[in-house]
Amino acid sequence: MASSKDTVGRTVTVAVVLCVVCSIIVSAAAVLLRPAQQANKELDRKSNILAAAGISDSSKTVDELFEQITTRMLDMETGKFTDAVSAEGFDARKAAKDPALSIKLTSKQDIASIRRQARYIPVYLVENEGDIETLVLPVHGYGLWSTLYGFIALEGDLNTVAGLGFYEHAETPGLGGEVDNPNWKALWSGKQVYPAGSYEPALGLIKGTVDPASAKAAYQVDGLSGATLTSVGVTNLVQFWMGENGYAPFLANLKAGGN
Amino acid sequence: MSETKEVVLTPIFKNNPIALQILGVCSALAVTSSLSVTIVMCLALTSVTAFSNLFISLVRQQIPNSIRIIVQMTIIASLVIVVDQILKAFAYEISKQLSVFVGLIITNCIVMGRAEAFAMKNPPGISFMDGIGNGLGYSVVLLSVGFVRELFGSGKLFGFEVLPLVTDGGWYYSNGLLLLPPSAFFLIGGFIWVLRTVYPDQVEKADFVMSPNTKKEAA
Repeated sequence: MASSKDTVGRTVTVAVVLCVVCSIIVSAAAVLLRPAQQANKELDRKSNILAAAGISDSSKTVDELFEQITTRMLDMETGKFTDAVSAEGFDARKAAKDPALSIKLTSKQDIASIRRQARYIPVYLVENEGDIETLVLPVHGYGLWSTLYGFIALEGDLNTVAGLGFYEHAETPGLGGEVDNPNWKALWSGKQVYPAGSYEPALGLIKGTVDPASAKAAYQVDGLSGATLTSVGVTNLVQFWMGENGYAPFLANLKAGGN
Repeated sequence: MSETKEVVLTPIFKNNPIALQILGVCSALAVTSSLSVTIVMCLALTSVTAFSNLFISLVRQQIPNSIRIIVQMTIIASLVIVVDQILKAFAYEISKQLSVFVGLIITNCIVMGRAEAFAMKNPPGISFMDGIGNGLGYSVVLLSVGFVRELFGSGKLFGFEVLPLVTDGGWYYSNGLLLLPPSAFFLIGGFIWVLRTVYPDQVEKADFVMSPNTKKEAA
């Protein structure tokens, strides 16, 4: 028996049959479950946009709430909205890696360590009779272990932060992972991004607790204790995305009514 | 004790895969900082161990000796991918937290170890039960480590507040070390200590005996 089992022909046959059977099972699982997985991902992204914009209503589903939100494509080169690409099914993460759809950042520009900047980025607007009520901008940047992906929401004056949240990161749970702490996230709301008359972002994290009496208190958020590098990463990310290589030109255009 | 019962129950304490065989410790460090994640990981590992044992045992007469390890790996890897896909479809939040560790079940020595040591020599039914038993043994260690880490590390159990934290206006100062992977080493070490005090026959013989000092000045 042992000899018949160990012949070369038999070995090859077993290997081939096994591979075929296993690959059918694996691909069947992947194909059958893909719709459910994509729905989950989409739902997760939407609920994060809603959370950053501060919209919550437990009586409605995420999809119903998301109807209030308009998605527009932003051309980072001109700093204006564009209809050249459709927001429907646009994969921003993939586009940021595609040389045709992104530009390489120099190390001086790249304070958030993201290497490439996508040319087109979907942004989300909550509109009220033609006026922008909340503007939700996707941001990402490197923390300690991982790239943090999230959204920053600005109020209609395009300077006051409405909220901030990350939907994907792998920072240390309990330390850098506290970027998910609702109490900490609540500190962001009401902060100012730019000092009056300037488009140099002043907003950032500081070590320790913000002194409310300080003149800079409106531009400062408490650092995360025990997570210096994650805090630095979040500051860099805000500075980058709100700076001249980020959304500053777009915000300036928008404020001037140039869209 | 019937054979099935014995196969399921022995690995829980008497022949625990983590505590006695010291297998599969890496995931025990990584996924035990919160209990809900730990439970999903335990379920995933138990089902993979049980089904890989079942399938490998079913085809054990057909597997040529020269490629048996790779055959086992292929079966295990396929099962893990299926489990990962199911988690992504039905437990998205938790699968995000488990991230790479579900995939790493493939390299978990418990699964491979049981396939090679048990399923290759025994019929399918009993092999399946052996997989369940070892999965439970793994789960017991993970859940006890997860319980301590979540309770004292973040003052919660299953995400519900038990010890109100100072940062949230309570009285409990959380122990940050417990949220970091190395703390699981101490806890697993403690678990093994308790287990070996209860079952002294688990204590390994020393590899060597220290010789007494022969020279006066060395003393």
